[in-house]
Amino acid sequence: MPPTDTTNPDWYHRVVDCQWACPAHTDVPQYIRLIGQGRYADAYLLNRETNVFPGVLGRTCDRPCEPACRRSRVDGTAVAICRLKRVAADLRGELAGRLPRAPERRNGKRVACVGAGPASLSVASDLLPLGYEVVIHERHPLPGGLMRTSIPAFRLPEAVLDEEIRFILDMGAEVRYGSPVASLRRLLAEGYDAVFIGSGAPRGKDLDLPGRAEGGRIHIGLDWLQSVAFGHVTGIGERVLVIGVGNTAMDCCRTARRLGGTDVKVVARRPRAFFKASDWELEDAEEEGIDILTELAPRRFVVEGGRLLGVEFDRLAWDEGARASTVMGSELLPCDDVILAVGQEAAFPWIERDLGVELGRWDLPVVDRTTLQSTLPGVFFGGDAAFGPLNIIWAVEHGHQAAISIDNHCRGVGVDERPAPRVGLRSMDMGLAQWSYHNEYNPSKRQRMEHVAMVRRFAALSVEVELGFAPEQSAREVGRCLNCDIQTVLVPELCIECDACIDVCPVRCLTITAGADEPELRGRLSAPTLHPDEPLFVSTPLPQTGRVMVKDEDLCVHCGLCAERCPTAAWRMERLELSLPRAGGVWSPDPGSAGAGTDPAAHAAAPLPGVAQR
Amino acid sequence: MPSIAKPPIRHPALPVNELGLAERDYEGAMSTLCAGCGHDAVTAAIVRALWEVAVPPHMVVKLSGIGCSAKTTAYFLRGAHGFNGVHGRMAPLATGVGAANSDLLLIGISGDGDSLSIGIGHLVHLIRRNLRMIYVIENNGVYGLTKGQLSASADVGSTSSKGTPGVIQPVDPMLLGLSLGATFLARGFSGDKAQLVPILKAATAHRGLALIDVISPCVSFNDHEGSTKSYRFTREHDVQVTTTDFVEPRPELLTAIGPVGITDLTLHDGTRVRARALPEGYDPGDRDAVGAYLREAHDRGEVATGILYVDPSRPTLHELLRVVPRPLAGLPYADLCPGAAELERFGES
Repeated sequence: MPPTDTTNPDWYHRVVDCQWACPAHTDVPQYIRLIGQGRYADAYLLNRETNVFPGVLGRTCDRPCEPACRRSRVDGTAVAICRLKRVAADLRGELAGRLPRAPERRNGKRVACVGAGPASLSVASDLLPLGYEVVIHERHPLPGGLMRTSIPAFRLPEAVLDEEIRFILDMGAEVRYGSPVASLRRLLAEGYDAVFIGSGAPRGKDLDLPGRAEGGRIHIGLDWLQSVAFGHVTGIGERVLVIGVGNTAMDCCRTARRLGGTDVKVVARRPRAFFKASDWELEDAEEEGIDILTELAPRRFVVEGGRLLGVEFDRLAWDEGARASTVMGSELLPCDDVILAVGQEAAFPWIERDLGVELGRWDLPVVDRTTLQSTLPGVFFGGDAAFGPLNIIWAVEHGHQAAISIDNHCRGVGVDERPAPRVGLRSMDMGLAQWSYHNEYNPSKRQRMEHVAMVRRFAALSVEVELGFAPEQSAREVGRCLNCDIQTVLVPELCIECDACIDVCPVRCLTITAGADEPELRGRLSAPTLHPDEPLFVSTPLPQTGRVMVKDEDLCVHCGLCAERCPTAAWRMERLELSLPRAGGVWSPDPGSAGAGTDPAAHAAAPLPGVAQR
Repeated sequence: MPSIAKPPIRHPALPVNELGLAERDYEGAMSTLCAGCGHDAVTAAIVRALWEVAVPPHMVVKLSGIGCSAKTTAYFLRGAHGFNGVHGRMAPLATGVGAANSDLLLIGISGDGDSLSIGIGHLVHLIRRNLRMIYVIENNGVYGLTKGQLSASADVGSTSSKGTPGVIQPVDPMLLGLSLGATFLARGFSGDKAQLVPILKAATAHRGLALIDVISPCVSFNDHEGSTKSYRFTREHDVQVTTTDFVEPRPELLTAIGPVGITDLTLHDGTRVRARALPEGYDPGDRDAVGAYLREAHDRGEVATGILYVDPSRPTLHELLRVVPRPLAGLPYADLCPGAAELERFGES
């Protein structure tokens, strides 16, 4: 194996599994450490730099970070990253004066955003501090998009959402509520310098089955949730069938439970192993007494005289891998209401086909994955509108990337000329056997989120089910983080091959052996390879014997003992400081500064030097 | 002091030995020696060897005197017995423990100061008696605990960290052992576990005294350019006189073909130590030839390592004294001390 090129910005980044997996690359270990230090506001602001809505996402994020978390490989369960994010949001207190502001003098550029959801709001959040004028067109009377309309209040209190949106809009965005965009042509004609379309994929799919046209209480999930959110719907029948088993289905069934549904069933076509809903959402629904029925495909709605009596299903038997099924019989499930949660589709009836904005498969726009620009320069897409339904954190990341493109576009710079991420390493060494982080392994188990008692839970739709972590739970959970951002960095020229690091490593990450190809090296590791996808670090030949140092990054708990027991400081513990590209420059984390990672220059009231000349 | 003890978390897929113990079950407390000390690697080799041969931890006694080396008994096998004595007196302590309970496996850890200066008189007599034990000398050529004065094993010309060269002839524990009739002599290097672990495993099967001289560099005071006990010098001048394969007695896997230059030594329990002689004609059973070889190798500036000499035939201390096979510690009191009447009868006979 050739020596590992650690100068590649991705190498050390990849070691930080959570940050690597997060679409927005939130600096998870650092904000967890800040929580551990009681610096909640700093942790919140560090979060906000990348994910913009820590309070919202601390409750509702899809959490791609958690399945990636190294802790799950070490002791079986990931760090409760998402819930710790909420701790920072819950306890941060006032942020007076610490949030970015727009400069007094604007830069003269106008940007239109379609939809006031997470993607557009992220674009506004990045562009307003640079002096842009941002005009958001929103068809609803309130901002937030799917964050407001499809996430029920018992999971996300309105006040949390309102405040985090206000942080952005208060910088001076103009929002035109109740004004759906009916024509992109007319919008373009208003003379904006750029247009960002973050209108979501708001149409829930319908099920065109016999009986669908005969009336009866059949609702499309997303529309129904939206009606509940705006107070148009306040009740439902006692027996409710939810068809579909994604996360929207979970929100539908639990909302139905709160609006009067006592016998609520979720019906899925495929076996449980193939469900789209997250495990925790399924568990939360089942905890509330919701039955989940599997391997039933809806055949027809049974409607008599305009009244829905039930739904008839085909009972299916699936092959291994659930690719093909055979019908084994039928089943009639009586009900009062049916909620369809079988997917979403994008819809752009308002985009004229002759404008140059090409629409491709499934009516989705043709969008560049990096720049988010459509086939019409100056028109950008993000969030669910760009590539179909994803999630909030992806929408936020699209917003950041689109903001870079828009900023480039407005300055006459090519959208492909994007700032590169910058990678720095900062020593954690504070002296002999002293580290500026807690290097002790905390054997605590993942903390359980306490829920509101059942009896109180259904009193009102707005009773938040999750109570948040208590301080002692939060402290234990913080301790579980393995500090993966604090990297083991080897200077091979200094190694004297004394074996101290190899002997002291608790999980036997390290091996000194003769150089060889990867399969051969893996066969000689101090401990067997558990996850072949986890990369091996291989050093250049060591000075005394010409052998190489090999590290299997997989289970490293970043305890720092290799560096501590190294007599020549060949091993060092250094924190990865990843500076992410942002509109207007590169954001760089600096935990020492008041802004907890806020580059003061990037958000100063006065425009950046480069911005003023635009 | 280290910032933390070694975290208890383990790699989930590590094997266990036939006692169901993982290698980490043979570890001890966190080392407080200097980072990079050769002694820590020797400790790791002992952990590995004892785990591989599946010694029950409670059947081991760890013994030491004073010195950096003497601290290391705390760093392995936390489930074993232990006794830290005064400086240079590990050998008589071991003799007492071995006399009282011949069932226990004794592991003594000493240094060049503890064994070759203050304690050399005791070591001499321990070798003569051929007590069953593993005696490891962690040899770094300096007194590390008192800041690096040259020790009795420092070579002539090897310099202290201040640059002063040694002028007095060194003691070579291997040659000392040969002259006293030692029955198992081996030299290893802390930086080469591939060699040291099989040596230690062979020593567990030896029925007499296994004296192992381990070059174990002192990173703080004797790992510099002018030292002949540094990592670099040892690597550059290491001549592996024998390579050791430890063949456990249970499954017989050897073929009848014995390649030229290979000597199999069968120990009393059926264990065979296979010594592959690298210098042509080297015979680890020929005492005179080994002595001559070691003197010449030393004069050439070589560090001869491997199992250097084995004599499985000589009787042990218990055999010499015709002690009952049952450990004295396990004899009923009435047998051990038969009373005044018996003493009187014995006096009259």
